[in-house]
Amino acid sequence: MGPFLLRRIVNYLVLIALATCLGYLLAAASLNPREHFAQRQPQPPAAVVDATLDKLNLNDKTPLPERFGHWAGGVVTGDLGRTIDDTPVSAEMGRRAGVTLRLVVIGTTTGALAGVALGFLSALRQYRPSDHAVTFLSFLVLSTPVFLLAVLLKIGAVKVNQAAGTTLFPYTNETTPGLGGGWFHHLTDRAQHLVVPTLSLMLGQAALFSRYQRSAMLDVLGADYIRTARATGMRRGPALVKHGLRTALIPMATLFAYQMGLLLTGVTFTEKIFGWHGMGEWFVDSINRADVNAVAAMVLFTAVLVLIAGLVSDVAHALLDPRVRV
Amino acid sequence: MAAEAEFAVAEGDAGPSAGRAPEPVALGRGRIVVRRFLRRRSAVAGLVVLVLMFLLAFLGPYLDSWGYKDKDYDAFLTGPSASHWFGTTQIGSDVYAQTLRGLQKSLVIGLLAAVLSTGMAAVVGATAGYFGGWTDRVLMWCVDLLLVLPSFLILAIASPLFHGRTWLVFVILLAAFNWMVTARMVRGLARSLREREFVTAAEVMGVHPLRIISRHLLPNMASLLIIDATLNVGGTIIAETSLSYFGFGVQPPDVSLGTVIADGTDSALTFPWLFYPAGVLLILTVMAVAFVGDGLRDAMDDAAGTASASGPSKGSKASKASNAAAASDGSGASSVSGAGA
Repeated sequence: MGPFLLRRIVNYLVLIALATCLGYLLAAASLNPREHFAQRQPQPPAAVVDATLDKLNLNDKTPLPERFGHWAGGVVTGDLGRTIDDTPVSAEMGRRAGVTLRLVVIGTTTGALAGVALGFLSALRQYRPSDHAVTFLSFLVLSTPVFLLAVLLKIGAVKVNQAAGTTLFPYTNETTPGLGGGWFHHLTDRAQHLVVPTLSLMLGQAALFSRYQRSAMLDVLGADYIRTARATGMRRGPALVKHGLRTALIPMATLFAYQMGLLLTGVTFTEKIFGWHGMGEWFVDSINRADVNAVAAMVLFTAVLVLIAGLVSDVAHALLDPRVRV
Repeated sequence: MAAEAEFAVAEGDAGPSAGRAPEPVALGRGRIVVRRFLRRRSAVAGLVVLVLMFLLAFLGPYLDSWGYKDKDYDAFLTGPSASHWFGTTQIGSDVYAQTLRGLQKSLVIGLLAAVLSTGMAAVVGATAGYFGGWTDRVLMWCVDLLLVLPSFLILAIASPLFHGRTWLVFVILLAAFNWMVTARMVRGLARSLREREFVTAAEVMGVHPLRIISRHLLPNMASLLIIDATLNVGGTIIAETSLSYFGFGVQPPDVSLGTVIADGTDSALTFPWLFYPAGVLLILTVMAVAFVGDGLRDAMDDAAGTASASGPSKGSKASKASNAAAASDGSGASSVSGAGA
C-alpha cells in the first residue's frame, strides 16, 4: 500500500498547489482592495493608499503576474502574506483553522455514522413505515439549504431554551464569555455550544449518507454470498453486518471524500449564523473587504481538507476492499 | 413482481397494433415511462407542486396590486393583513410581492443553469469519452482540478465580477461550476457506447466524429441527461439562494428567495412573516424537484428487468440505463478520490 499512497499524495500536492494558485489569481482579478481604502472616512490621500497597497502586495497598478510571483514566493517559504489590516495571514489562520476543524471533524464523523446506521436499518426494513419516514425526512433535509436549516435550528434552540427556562442550548459563539469555574464547567459549556451548530452540519450529512447506504445495502441484501454465509449456519445479524455492511460501505468511502467540499460550504453558513470565528466566517468577511490574501488562505485550507478527505477515503477503500490493495 | 406488471403493461400497449412490430416499440416506451412515473405518488405530487410553484411565481404577482419594488410608507413591519397578504418589511416593501418575485427569479435561474450545465457536461463528457487519449486526459484533469475547490467558494470569489451586470452572467457562472460530476458520468457512458456496433458502423461509413457524438452518442444517453438536468434544478436553486443569502448572487434591487430569507433571518423570531413564506416555498420547490427527478429515474431506468421482456431492440437501452444508474451512484463519489489517477 506504500507506493500507492505515495503516488496519491504527490498527485494531491500538485492539485493543492494548482487549486490555490487558481484561487489566488481569481481573487486578485475580481476583488478590488483599492475601493476598501477609498471608502474610508476621512478619505486617505491617493499616495498613502498606493503605498499601503504596495506594502500589502494588493496594488492593482502592479501587473497581476508580478503580484502573483511575490505571493507565490512567500507561500513557498510558509508566508501567506498579510491581511488588509496589515496583520499576518498565517497567525489569523492558525487561530481560526482550529475552530473550523472542530466543527468539520465532529460534523462529518457523527453525520456519516448516523447516516450509515439509518441507511442500514431502513434497507433492512424496506417499505416499512420506518423506512418511509427516514426516506421522507432525508429528502426534507436534503431540500433545505444549510442557511435555512441553521436558522430554523436556531429558532428551535430559542424555543427549547424558553421552555426549559435556562440556556440549555446556547447558539452564539463557541464559549460563554467571562465564564468562571473549573475545567469541567468549561468543557460542558463548550459541549453545549457545540450542539446546535453541529446539528446544522450533521443532519445534511446523515441524510445524504442514509440515502446512499440504503441503496448500497439493498443491492447487497439479495447477493449470493449473503445466502451462502447464511447457509454455512451464520446467524442473520452477523451475516448482514460482516458480509453485507462491509461490502455496502465501500461506496460510502468514496462518498466521504466527495462530501467534504459540500461540508466546507456548509461550514461557512454555520459559522456565520452561529457566530463562530472560524475560516468560513473569515472567508465571507474577507470577500466583502476585498482581502485577497485571506481569501487565498481559505482556498488553500479548503483544498487541503478536501484532499485529506480524499486520502482518508482511499485508505478506507483499501481497507474495506482487498482488491484495491494489490 | 413489479417487472411482471410492467411486462403486462407493455403488452397491453402493444396489443392493438401487434401486427406492426417495430414502430409501436418507441411509442410503447414513452407510454411505459409515463405510466411508471404516474404510478409513483411522490413523483406525481412533486410534479403538481412544481407546476403550482410556477403558476404562483408567474401569475401570483398579478393577484396583488403591490410590486416587489413598491414601498408602502403607511405600513412598516405590519403583520399579514388584507392589503399586505404576507405583511411588510422594515422599509414598507410588500413581502408577498417580494417572495413571489424571488421565487420567480430562483426558478428561472435554477432551470436555466441546470439545463446549461447538463448541456456542458454532455458535450465535455462525450468528447472526452469518445476521443479518449490525450483529449480525455486533459479534460478529465480539468474536471478533477475544478472538483478540488467547492464551486461555492469559486463563485463567491468571482461574485464581484458580475456585480452590476445582467443576472444572465450569474446563470452562466453557476452552470460553469456545476457540470463536472455529470461530465464524469457521461464520459463513462460514452466510453462504453463507443465500442457498440452502430458507432463502429458509423465510423466505417466515414461519419464525422462530431456528428457521431451528436447523433449517436448523446441521443443514447437521453434518459441520463434528462434525469440529471431535473436533479440539477434543485441543486442550482440551492446554490443560487445560498450565494444570494450572503449577497454574492442576485443583487438588489432585484430579489431572490435567498435575499428575502437573508433579510428576514435576523427578525425571524419577532416578525415571522418576513422569513417563513420564502423559507417554506424554497423547501417545497427543491423537494418537489427532487421527487420528480427520483420518479423520472425510476420510470426511465429499465434495469428492473422489463427491457429483456420487451424485445432485443431495447436490450441495449436497458444496459445503458443500468450503467447510468450505476454511474450516477458511483462516479460522483469517486471523482475526487480518483483525481488524476
